[in-house]
This record gives sequence, C-alpha cells and structure tokens, in this order.
Amino acid sequence: MRLLFGSCFTLLIAAAIGLGATWLTLTRGIAFGALTIGAWTAWPKSGSADIDPYARAMIARTGELPTGIGDGIAFYAHTDDSAHAFDGRCTFVISGITPTARYWTVTLYTPEGRLVANAIDRHGFTSEEIVRDGDGRFTITVAPLARPGNWLPTGGIEQFVLVWRLYDTAIGVATRTAKEGPMPAITRKGC
Amino acid sequence: MVRAVLWILAAVLLGGIVHLSTVLATPQAAKQDAYSRLAPLTPVNAMVSLTPAKAGAEIMPLMDPAFAAAVCRYDLTTGPLKLMAPVSQAYTSVTFYTRKSVAYYAINDRAAGRRAIELDLMTAAQHAQVPEDEEVTAADRLIIESPTAMGLIVVRALAPEPSLMPNVRQALAAATCRVQPAQ
Repeated sequence: MRLLFGSCFTLLIAAAIGLGATWLTLTRGIAFGALTIGAWTAWPKSGSADIDPYARAMIARTGELPTGIGDGIAFYAHTDDSAHAFDGRCTFVISGITPTARYWTVTLYTPEGRLVANAIDRHGFTSEEIVRDGDGRFTITVAPLARPGNWLPTGGIEQFVLVWRLYDTAIGVATRTAKEGPMPAITRKGC
Repeated sequence: MVRAVLWILAAVLLGGIVHLSTVLATPQAAKQDAYSRLAPLTPVNAMVSLTPAKAGAEIMPLMDPAFAAAVCRYDLTTGPLKLMAPVSQAYTSVTFYTRKSVAYYAINDRAAGRRAIELDLMTAAQHAQVPEDEEVTAADRLIIESPTAMGLIVVRALAPEPSLMPNVRQALAAATCRVQPAQ
C-alpha cells in the first residue's frame, strides 16, 4: 500500500516538474549561446545546424524560420537599456551606431512575432532609407503618435519586441564582446 | 523519513527525464511549424513567391517585411535539385532549412560572387554517386548536402526602400528550383 502510494506520488510530481519545466523554457524562449549587447540579445547558433534542442523546440512551436548564420544575425530587444519593458503607449528613442554590416533592418513586432497594423504602413526601417544627421548618426522614435524624423509607430499595443537584423556581417558565433558589435542605445522618453 | 527523501529524489530525477524527452519530442509533434504552414501554399520542388508580409496576414511569424521571399519546398527522393536565384541590386540570400526548420546552410550574393546564385542540392547518398571527374570539371558548381530528404529553400531579396519592392519581387520571380534528370 505504501509502495503504491509512494510511486503514484512520485510519478505525479515527476510529471509536474517535467512538463512545467518544458512549458516554462519554451514560452520564455530559453536557448544556449546567447550574445547580449546592451538591451539586445542574439542566438547566433540558432541559425546553424548547431542549434540546441531548446531553440529547436521553440522554432517548431512558433513556426518561424530563423535567420541563417551565412545570411545574417537577428538581435531581439524586449526592454530599453534601463530594463523598462517595451510598452506601445510610451515613447522610446533608439540612437547610436551599429556593427559593421552590408545592410541592417529594424522591425517592430507583437510578442508573438506579428506585424502591427498602422496608417502609414511602416513596420521598420532599413539602413538605406533611414534619415541621418550630418555626422551619419540616426535617431529612431518609437511612439504611438506621429513624430518628426524616423517615426516607428507602435499602434498603441501593450507590449512589443524590436528585432535588429544585420545582413552580411562578421558578427556571429565568434563574437564575444560589445566592442566588436556596438548596438544602438534605447532610452524611454516618457509615457 | 529516509524513504520520503528517496521518493522525492526519484520524482525529481524522473521529472528531469520527462522534461528532456518532451523538449526533444516537441519538433516531431509540432503541427504549426514553418513547413506545415507552407505545405498548403507551395507545390513540391518548385519556386513560389510568398505574398508580402502584411499585418494580420503573415504566413510565418518574425518575417522581415523589408524582404521579398520565395520558397522551394523540396523532396530529394526523386533526384538532386538545381537551384537558381537571380541576384538583386541590393542584397540576396539563400537559406536551406531541414523539415524541422533547422537552418543548416545559408549563403548571400557576395559569397556566391556571380550574377546569379546557382547551387545543387542533394542528399549525402546522391553526392556519393556523383562521378569524381564530373565534380572536377564542374568545380564552379556549388554542391550542398541536405541532411534530410525533405526541407525548405528560402530565397530572400532586400528592398532597401518600400518603393523598390515591386521591382525586387519581379526580379525574384525568375528564381527556379528543379529536379535534375536522373543520370
């Protein structure tokens, strides 16, 4: 009797621990080999055959096709540099310099990776179309209402994600420090 | 007391096994992975341009809206595949994915270094059958080995400005993927 009770209890706890851990890791998006620069994080190995089982499971669940390492690298940001979560009702400013790459794009998504509908049909910028100042620097204003200059509309959604993709770049699996890849700064400018 | 600790230890250990096996099994069980999403939209072994990424009508999440994309859903069981993708003015890349969305190979126009990206895709077994002398004479032919018989090839072409998108899409429409005639 005691044995039966014990084994039932063990199996129940095991199932709870196992499935709970799987659910947590897949919804939080945990993968190995993260490269974090400022507010930006990339997983270079997820774009190669060396992808780890967690990232494998995650892309199978979301249905995305990751950027291949021979193509480029994708950096994700969910917060600004001071860890304020991205809120589409607030204003965020992105500025600074980017690592060397032939082209880059920045895109705003919902947390599920969908585009956000807006009146001017603007979901991001490419390195070619962005308006720069005399020194070649740029400032992107991420805000719900129209702004002068490079305005990236949020559509007023509660949470959003920014993805910075560098194409044809040396940044990748071998990159270790922010010196090799200076990513733009993100600051919250009020809500 | 000792017995209770042993039971808990066993539970944690078993929980770890459950966790690892469910993570490993997720790709096999996934019904909404990229291949499954593209299967109803694309024929096998033919290049198809994807409709532009639009809010509310995305085929897959996290697509880059600055790019035009074309997909070849391949099946190598009938023979190796020949891929040709024209190089656009700005930037073009070709990425190879397995049936389970693992990006096992990617190349861009500069690395390919020609007016068009031309590649041969085959399984390891098919590669072994290629006569050696032929491989030498066709040294400029880039051969890619697919780890699985089925998978996806995605050709992406950048439109540096939204106004250039129609031109880029039109150029990308010339991309092809065809099964090579058996030798």
